[in-house]
Amino acid sequence: MPTPDPSRRFHPASAPDYVPADQLRGLQLERLQRIVRRAYDRVPLFRTRCQERQVSPADLKSLEDLARFPFTLKTDLRDTYPFGLFASPMDEIVRLHASSGTTGKPTVVAYTQGDLDVWTQVMVRSFASCGLHRGDVVQNAYGYGLFTGGLGAHYGAEALGATVIPISGGNTDRQIMVLQDFAVTAICCTPSYFLHLVERAKEMGSDFSRLRAGIFGAEPWSEAMRRRIEADTGVKAYDIYGLSEIIGPGVGVECFAQSGLHVFEDHFYPEVIDPVSGEVLPDGAEGELVLTTLSKDAMPMIRYRTRDVTSLIPEPCACGRTIRRIRRIGRRSDDMFIIRGVNVFPSQVETALLAVEGTLPHYQIVLSREKGLDEMEVKVEVTPEVFSDQIRALEALQHKLEQSLDHTLGIRARVTLVGPRTIQRSEGKAKRVIDQRQI
Amino acid sequence: MKLTQLSLFLENRPGALRLPCQVLGLAGIDILSMSLADTQQFGILRIVVKDPDRARKVLEESGCVVKATDVLAVEVPDRAGGLADMLGAFEGSGLSIEYIYPLAAGHRGKTAVLVLRVEEPERAAKLLQARQVRVLTREQAFEAVGA
Ligand SMILES: [Zn+2]
Repeated sequence: MPTPDPSRRFHPASAPDYVPADQLRGLQLERLQRIVRRAYDRVPLFRTRCQERQVSPADLKSLEDLARFPFTLKTDLRDTYPFGLFASPMDEIVRLHASSGTTGKPTVVAYTQGDLDVWTQVMVRSFASCGLHRGDVVQNAYGYGLFTGGLGAHYGAEALGATVIPISGGNTDRQIMVLQDFAVTAICCTPSYFLHLVERAKEMGSDFSRLRAGIFGAEPWSEAMRRRIEADTGVKAYDIYGLSEIIGPGVGVECFAQSGLHVFEDHFYPEVIDPVSGEVLPDGAEGELVLTTLSKDAMPMIRYRTRDVTSLIPEPCACGRTIRRIRRIGRRSDDMFIIRGVNVFPSQVETALLAVEGTLPHYQIVLSREKGLDEMEVKVEVTPEVFSDQIRALEALQHKLEQSLDHTLGIRARVTLVGPRTIQRSEGKAKRVIDQRQI
Repeated sequence: MKLTQLSLFLENRPGALRLPCQVLGLAGIDILSMSLADTQQFGILRIVVKDPDRARKVLEESGCVVKATDVLAVEVPDRAGGLADMLGAFEGSGLSIEYIYPLAAGHRGKTAVLVLRVEEPERAAKLLQARQVRVLTREQAFEAVGA
């Protein structure tokens, strides 16, 4: 029996993806007024900042008025650790998650039952947008625990009606066994972990031809990496976006058009700002994404600065969704490093490496300072595809990679070929940059 | 006519050479001949073994990057000018030799056997044979090293 194109199958939960724009703006304003009022009344930090700027919830008469309100920063969560930004009493909060901070205390986020329901709903809409439906077997390899990825994807996939395998992260050989034996059709994990799985599966001679979709997120990844994944595995690779401060995964996701991520704007209001001046930029201009939660009660986030660099795409999408899209986030202003005065994002390095035929994106950037000068070394793992018995062929490869980096970044970097699997694979996010500079 | 040589990528750090040798040793695979090419940053170990398929499998399982290449085993008279005579076979052919290393010395009393890596092994073998140079079969090459 022929199966209909799954990406065209409509899921009722996706209805808000298609509401007419004016109707959506009305709903957004209504929700925004309510949530700003809630934060103002219940979160002292927000109220104090509003008073300093002499704005109050009464000033919020249009969506544009939001620009007058203060930003919320990641440091605000740390400074008010653990519960300082909560707007609900503890007896209404049914779940806490926490993200690991690079230094010191984690940041804690809270959910009421209603917030969890919203999260589940946006995850259902996310999966539906990736063409998943009842009958799919979803291997959820996001970490379960304090990290939002695991449970967020779990409840969403269950509510969709799919069969969920809550395998969590790690134990690669078992992941591959399950992928094959349970006839898995979709997987959720970070893209770098998926590449790791594919590589290991090849070694084990495993076959997972039933797998048709990957819902990849929790780290920035490039278009070149997507093409590599899709060409190598035949799996359609979708980008999903989220952050725990806003809700977790499910803030935005791609559709079958794979040209930008639809933001679930009825729950998360997006703005793009100039990261220096803080001014709101027009649609299409690149800047820092700022998100406001429109319906999250336990911990409303008003104008949260994500540090993610993107732009809003105002044009309608081929899929017919009316909710706006953001361009894929290739870079996070946090990941950026500066070398010899040049701003570099790891994704640019990845693009440069993938431009050279046959290389896989297993790389690591090592920054050091020698005699007062910044040095950038890119370690690239040698694969059977590029290995040669001749020194000059390998030296030519090294040279080609260096040229490609120079061409893309405009700075000279030294490429070092290293043995396979010598660059540490994390089960979650890939550690791309090691900064040994002592400043 | 052709012999299979395995090449391995080695990082330039202490212990890098020992791992593949240990892996082969544990699998009971004898290295009949080897050559090591190195740069400042990395090295390439080239080896000849009797069972290249099995060697490749155990090496890859231990995480090595391995490449198999066709090479020739060529018999050269063990006397002054012997190597120069053999190389004369390529004169004017445009064929260049990538590298050479010895497989066995004192074979049959008066000859040495060399491993020859060229871009076009079939053509090279024909040129050599036309100059009366003996190109060994796999069996003959293994016999030359007493394997
Ligand atoms: Zn779309």
